[in-house]
Amino acid sequence: MSAKTVDKIATGVIMCVAGFIIAVLLGLLGYILIRGVGHISWDFLTSAPESIRAGGGIGPQLFNSLFLLVLTLIITVPLGIGAGIYMSEYAKPSKLTSFIRLVVEVLSSFPSIIVGLFGLLVLVNKFGFGFSLFSGALALTIFNLPLMVRITEQGLRGVPPQQKEASFALGISKWKTIRSVLLPIATPVILSGTILAAGRIFGEAAALLFTAGMSSPRLDFTDWNPLDDRSPLNPFRPAETLAVHIWKINSEGLAPDAPQIAAGASAVLIIMVLVFNLGARALGRYMTNKFTAAK
Amino acid sequence: MQANALSTKKLNVYYGEKHAVQDVSLDFAEKQVTALIGPSGCGKSTFLRSLNRMNDLIPSCRVTGDIWMKEHNINGSETDVVALRKHIGMVFQRPNPFHKSIYENIAFGPRYHGVKKKADLDNLVEESLRKAAIWDETKDRLHKSAFALSGGQQQRLCIARSVALKPDIILMDEPTSALDPISTSRVEDLISELKQDYSIVIVTHNMHQAARISDKTAFFLSGHVVEYDETDKLFMDPSQKQTSDYISGRFG
Repeated sequence: MSAKTVDKIATGVIMCVAGFIIAVLLGLLGYILIRGVGHISWDFLTSAPESIRAGGGIGPQLFNSLFLLVLTLIITVPLGIGAGIYMSEYAKPSKLTSFIRLVVEVLSSFPSIIVGLFGLLVLVNKFGFGFSLFSGALALTIFNLPLMVRITEQGLRGVPPQQKEASFALGISKWKTIRSVLLPIATPVILSGTILAAGRIFGEAAALLFTAGMSSPRLDFTDWNPLDDRSPLNPFRPAETLAVHIWKINSEGLAPDAPQIAAGASAVLIIMVLVFNLGARALGRYMTNKFTAAK
Repeated sequence: MQANALSTKKLNVYYGEKHAVQDVSLDFAEKQVTALIGPSGCGKSTFLRSLNRMNDLIPSCRVTGDIWMKEHNINGSETDVVALRKHIGMVFQRPNPFHKSIYENIAFGPRYHGVKKKADLDNLVEESLRKAAIWDETKDRLHKSAFALSGGQQQRLCIARSVALKPDIILMDEPTSALDPISTSRVEDLISELKQDYSIVIVTHNMHQAARISDKTAFFLSGHVVEYDETDKLFMDPSQKQTSDYISGRFG
């Protein structure tokens, strides 16, 4: 076979593989969206679920997912950025830092069901946080934190070293250099990484089954005092998220329209995750342009 | 005799096992331009970077010997390097403006070091940009990104940025090697003007540049200073054979 034929065959094979992957993705997305989008309505997104009758919504679940996301980010972002700054700017290369890095890697590849069980045994039972948003947020922190550390570290390492030199040469202290020179440049990377991580939190179910719980108390959306039991903002109440709700309704839903609800909820979940991903890209691009703009 | 802005006594720099600068003792006169020339890898840039302790940032690097600035030995461990670098500015090989506006590039240093009033900062920014001969090109777009400037303009902005701290000494590490000939000659003119107020030490690859702008020149070769003299003398009538070989282009 001539080199030219081989080249053509290789190109063809690679195109086929790429096409296959795209087809799988589009097929999956299309199937979920086409099945579910018809069921999405304002009423579906805001009303409470029904256990036996038809016509239940996913309002509290949607709210729980978003609230849990915010809680998790409140815990992980400061810790992750702090540790990332340490790893990138302060830690000297040594056995200890490579060990920390290994731990971070292992932590991020932990099976989420194991993290959920750990949460059940330690957070829910031992520490007595119960099935609550707070337990769920801590469990999600366990695999979100490594991601945040890595994102921050990579973001800071991506800053040209000349920027650091320029700042030091002006007699600027290390902390001020990190804060005012390095972090602003690394922000687009850190921010888009954070949003990607947020997408993962949003879709997580296994780790939440045993920590945030599989039920939601009757919420009173007019009561915004975080200390009241029925307040949606109370972080110590159980909270079934959207992903957990899909799992539950699919396996033990009694309502006659359970399959439609599951399909609609799945479509909502997929759309939200897509929004996070595309939003992360757009924001990253926008901020990179803004910081390095030619005009 | 003229006062010295800076002088080194038996300065040695090691990178791990490598002895990059060996027993260099040089005096830098106040308000003069001193050029450091020599082939690549001769230690001239390393030497320059020891003068404001930038080599502290490299973990494997060790600097021994004395660097005298007035009556202080600034190579001691008790020296506050952050404060020191306010007095010894530095301009790098590639223009490295911050990812900020032109105004913020200049104001960042002084604000950190205590200039807080907006009026004072405004004046300082204008004064520094004027000194660096870039005011006319930037006055209408002070709040636009510094990256919109050309390479040569960026380098003059970086010079303005060091000038804004009112240092005593400005170190320049091949400041024109990334610039085109026209930008280069503008930066050279600027250096000749700046020496009225500042003592300048400049590393350059370009011997013509050293001859054009410097008062004194030191010729470095494999970590040693071979010859240090008035620039005219060193180029016209070098006392060492190695110097005359180098400047006549026989090696390097």
